[in-house]
Amino acid sequence: MSNLIDIKGVRHAYKTPSGPLPVLDGLELSVPEGGFAAVVGPSGCGKSTLTRLVAGLMKPDAGEVWLHGELVKGPKSTVGMAFQNPVLLEWRTILQNVMLPLEIVDTGMSRKAREDRARHLLDLVGLSGFEDKRPSELSGGMRQRASLCRAIVHKPEVLILDEPFGALDAFTREDLWQTMHKVKAEEPFTGVLITHDLRESIFLADQVIVLSGRPAKTQYVMDVHLTGERDIEMLYTPESADALNTLRQQIRIAQGREAA
Amino acid sequence: MTLRQIGVPLAALILFGLFWEWLVWVNGWPNYKMASPSDIWPAFWKFRGLFLEYGWDTLWRTVVGLLLSVVFGVFLGMIMGLSRTMRDALYPLLVGFNAIPKATVVPIIALMFVGQHDMNTILIAFLISFFPIAVSVSIGLSTLEPEYRDILASLGASKFTIFWKIALPKTLPEFFGALKVAVTLAFIGTNLMEIVEPHGRGLGHLFDSGKISADYPLMFAVLIALALMGIVLYYVVVALEKVFAGWAERNPT
Ligand SMILES: Nc1ncnc2c1ncn2[C@@H]1O[C@H](COP(=O)(O)OP(=O)(O)OP(=O)(O)O)[C@@H](O)[C@H]1O
Ligand SMILES: [Mg+2]
Repeated sequence: MSNLIDIKGVRHAYKTPSGPLPVLDGLELSVPEGGFAAVVGPSGCGKSTLTRLVAGLMKPDAGEVWLHGELVKGPKSTVGMAFQNPVLLEWRTILQNVMLPLEIVDTGMSRKAREDRARHLLDLVGLSGFEDKRPSELSGGMRQRASLCRAIVHKPEVLILDEPFGALDAFTREDLWQTMHKVKAEEPFTGVLITHDLRESIFLADQVIVLSGRPAKTQYVMDVHLTGERDIEMLYTPESADALNTLRQQIRIAQGREAA
Repeated sequence: MTLRQIGVPLAALILFGLFWEWLVWVNGWPNYKMASPSDIWPAFWKFRGLFLEYGWDTLWRTVVGLLLSVVFGVFLGMIMGLSRTMRDALYPLLVGFNAIPKATVVPIIALMFVGQHDMNTILIAFLISFFPIAVSVSIGLSTLEPEYRDILASLGASKFTIFWKIALPKTLPEFFGALKVAVTLAFIGTNLMEIVEPHGRGLGHLFDSGKISADYPLMFAVLIALALMGIVLYYVVVALEKVFAGWAERNPT
């Protein structure tokens, strides 16, 4: 199997007091090793549910999730996650927060090596000098950077990002996009990024997957041809404008506001 | 500690004492109506041995009762916080139990285990004070945002690890808030039992002896001693909170 992430015909419904709520139905998604897929879709269509299935936090009702040729049956330490809420622990310093996964996952690193790695990552995302601060002393963008460090500190094969930049203002968000590229260049991982921002999807990912409305299935897949290190300017070329238009139209179809 | 931090409350205390003395003198109150500070100090001195001995009884009974309610309250709170079914089952029972005015339980317990003064007193201190602890821990645990759980659960961490590294520390501020209420309640419980039980020792008993022998300055002296002990107990909890949950205090900005 050449894909690192393979999702095949996944179906899932939540049990609610008013009966089952089908959320995913016939979802297909493949990401090759080192690939970075962005998932977009109408609000509430089941994107976060998808991330919880990939992370092994839930089992799908039907279908299969494969990571690195292995069927996902439960959570695995080869996965890293970051959410819209940075969920940093207030009783720990930023450095201690970043080192948290290393207390759970056995990486065989010495205490010194673990601390060095955490410090290195904080430096990479531009947080050197803030190691000993408490989360509440940082701005929203800085907290999200720390949360990103924590998600990759144990060198996961798969990085799952559920709208990590969703709550940030436009300028901070663009800064973090650049940071993501910098991190991606140094830390090899295969990524799934959930986002509401189409510009973000083509700027960061090499593949954009549009999900249909609930129950969600894969509606449209677009390969992004911008490669390597990117510049915000690239979002304003005619090719990018075309890609964004196509995606926008697909979202309208997914929302049921336009016929396919 | 600056001079200001000690000096200001001390000055207020002295002024309050003087005002009290003046009030009693001006109104010509007899000491059974209202004892004045100048009556109370001799009472302290006269019974200084008993104050130390009985004060120690009251103190350790309260602390042991409180420790029991911490252990039991945290345990109960954990069960209710981690399992919905247990919460639904236990909550009404707990609320019902808490609704019983504890003053009515005191004579029942006193009759149940006649003569077991230490045990009875500790039991009441415990019964009266575990409720806020159980409730706060259960609420703290059950309102833990799923994302907090997920950052460790997604790495395959055990339920215990998640509890130990995230749920427990996150609940500490609520726990200490409840402990401040519980320590006051336990103290009330201890004194209720000591007052009711004959030959029961403790400051409550000393209060009761004062009443029986019509020694009003002694009764007031006990009240003052209890106030001092209550303050000390409360601030010990505050100090513990500073050490273990000081991070929850936001810096004023
Ligand atoms: N634990 C749950 N129990 C019941 N229903 C749920 C649960 N979690 C999510 N849902 C419902 O499932 C649907 C999909 O939820 P999900 O969070 O996956 O959507 P989403 O695409 O991430 O939404 P958003 O874009 O707002 O983040 C929603 O309608 C939601 O109300
Ligand atoms: Mg979501």
